[in-house]
Amino acid sequence: MEYILNPWPWYITGPLIALVMAILLYFGKTFGMSSNLETMCSMAGAGKFFDFFKSDWKEKQWNLAVVIGAIIGGFIATFLLSNNSTITLNTKTIAELNTLGFKNAGNSLMPKEIFSVDALTSWQGFLILVIGGLLVGFGTRYAGGCTSGHAISGLSSFQKPSLIAVIGFFIGGLIMTNFILPYIF
Amino acid sequence: MNYFKFLCVGIFFGIVLVKSEAVSWYRIYEMFRFQSFHMYGIISTAILSGILFLQISKKRHLKSLQGFEISVPKKENGFFRYLFGGIIFGLGWALVGACPGPMYILVGAGIYTMIIVILAALVGTLIYGAIKHKLPH
Repeated sequence: MEYILNPWPWYITGPLIALVMAILLYFGKTFGMSSNLETMCSMAGAGKFFDFFKSDWKEKQWNLAVVIGAIIGGFIATFLLSNNSTITLNTKTIAELNTLGFKNAGNSLMPKEIFSVDALTSWQGFLILVIGGLLVGFGTRYAGGCTSGHAISGLSSFQKPSLIAVIGFFIGGLIMTNFILPYIF
Repeated sequence: MNYFKFLCVGIFFGIVLVKSEAVSWYRIYEMFRFQSFHMYGIISTAILSGILFLQISKKRHLKSLQGFEISVPKKENGFFRYLFGGIIFGLGWALVGACPGPMYILVGAGIYTMIIVILAALVGTLIYGAIKHKLPH
C-alpha cells in the first residue's frame, strides 16, 4: 500500500501513459487531450459562426467521457491514494522559487501564489490564469495537438510535424520560465 | 454503456498523472530550468514504450476493436503551424503549469481556479477557429 500512496517513479508512470495511448488506439481512437476543447466549442454551437467548428461532435463525445474520467481520477489520486508527501524538487529549484516569492515550493501540487482563491482576487493573479489558458487553447489548436497528441502519440510514430511542434513547446516553455516568469514575480 | 470504457481510461489517466506529479506546476518549472530529470524521464519512457507498442502492433498486424490495423493517424504536412503553435502553447504550459489533460485532472485534485484556465483555453480555441484562415500553416 505504501508503494501506491507514495509518488510513483517516472520509469513506472511514463510506460503507463503509453498504455493509455495504446488502449485508446485499441478502442479505435487517438490519444490527444486538446481535441476536447474543440469538441466543446462545437457542442456549444461555435459551428454556426466559424466553419472550423462545423463537425459532427456526436462522433467525438467519447473524449468528453475521458475528460470526466480525468477529473474523477484526479480526485481519487489526490484524496484517496496519496499520503500528503511533498514533491521532492531539486533544492536549487526550491531556493530559486523562494527568491521569486514562492514559499514552501513542493508542499502542494500547485503554488498558492498563483492558484489560490486569494491570488485570484488580484488583477495580476486573474490575468495570469486567463492569459495562460488563452495561450494553451490557441496554441494547441494552431499546432494541432499538445503533449499527448504530439509529444507522445506523434513522436512514438516518428512524425516530423510532431517533432517540430515539440521543439516549439520547448522554445515557448524555456522563454516563459527563464525570461518572463522572473519579471512577473 | 459505450462511453463507460472511455470514462475508465480517463480515470486511469488522471490517477497516473497525479501520482507521477506531471500535473504539478513545480515539476514543469523544474523541467524548463533543467534542474531535474523527473519530467524528462516520464516523457522519454512514455515515448519509448509507445514506439515499442506501435512497432509490435505493426509487425503482428494488431487490430482495433473495429477491426482496423492499429496506427496513429498521419499529421498534415506543415511547418509554421507546428512551430508557432508549439511556441504559443509552450508559453502557456510553462505559465500555468498545465496542458489540456492536467487542466481537468487538477480540478478533480481540488485546484478549482483551474476552471478559469479551462474557460480561457476554450476562448483561445475559439479565437483560433475564427482567425485560422489568416494564419500561416
